[in-house]
Amino acid sequence: MYVQLSSHTRRYAGTAIKDTKLTDKRPVYLNLFKIRLPTTGIVSFAHRVSGALLFLAIPLCVYLLDRSVSSEQAFEQSVRFMQHPVMQITLLILVWSLVHHFLAGIRYLLLDFDIAVEKASSNISAWTVLIAELLIMLAYVGIVLL
Amino acid sequence: MSSVYVLHGLRPWLIQRISAVYMALFVVYIVVTLAMAGDTGYQQWHDWLFHPVNVVAVGLFVIALLLHAWIGMRDIILDYVHNTLLRMVAFTLVIVVLISSGLWSAKLLLLSVAM
Repeated sequence: MYVQLSSHTRRYAGTAIKDTKLTDKRPVYLNLFKIRLPTTGIVSFAHRVSGALLFLAIPLCVYLLDRSVSSEQAFEQSVRFMQHPVMQITLLILVWSLVHHFLAGIRYLLLDFDIAVEKASSNISAWTVLIAELLIMLAYVGIVLL
Repeated sequence: MSSVYVLHGLRPWLIQRISAVYMALFVVYIVVTLAMAGDTGYQQWHDWLFHPVNVVAVGLFVIALLLHAWIGMRDIILDYVHNTLLRMVAFTLVIVVLISSGLWSAKLLLLSVAM
C-alpha cells in the first residue's frame, strides 16, 4: 500500500533515523536514472512546484488587481500588458499551476477522507488528475489562441 | 525552535484544508462568472469587484490564500532549506511578500467601501 505522508511525518521520520548512529555508515547508492517516480509521486511533486509558482504570482496578481480598478486607462494598460507574449507565457504557466494545484488538491482532500488510498485506486486518481488537467489546458489554449 | 514555525501541529493541517475548500469554491465562482460575463470592460469589472458580496468574498479569499501560502511555503522551506540562517531569511522573505500583498489588497478592497 502506498501511504501518503505529510511533510511533517517525513521530516520527523527523517530526524528519527538520522539520530541513530547506524545510518551514518549505511552505504547510499541512488542511481537517479533508474528511479522512476510513480504517477502519484509526479502529481505530488507537481503540486509543490505549482504551489510555489502560485505563491510567486501573488504580488503580480495584487498589482494587476490594483491597476485594473484604479482607472479606465490603467485597466486598458493592464490588459495590453497581459497581451505581451512574455506575459502570455507566464499566464499559461500560472493557469497550469492553478489547474494542477486545484485538481491535485481535490485529490488530497479525498485522500484525507480515506477515498482512493489503496495503491490501485490512488494510481487511477493520479492519472485522472493528469488527464483532466491536460484536457483543461488544451481547452484553455484553444480558447486563447483561436 | 518550534516557535519560529509560527503554526505547528494539527492546526496548520486543518487551516490548509479549510482554506483549500473555500478557495476551490471561490475559483469555481470566478470561472463561472467570467464564462457568463462575455466581452465586458472596465466599468463592469469595477462594479463587479466592488459589489459588497464580492468585496467580502474576495477579502475572505485573500485571507485564505495568505494562510494557505504561508503553510505551503513553510513546509517547502522546512523540507529543502536546512541551514538555520538561510531558513530564517527564507521565512522572512515569504512573510514580507505575504503581509505586504495582504495589506495592499485590504487597502484596495476597503477604499472601495469608503468611497
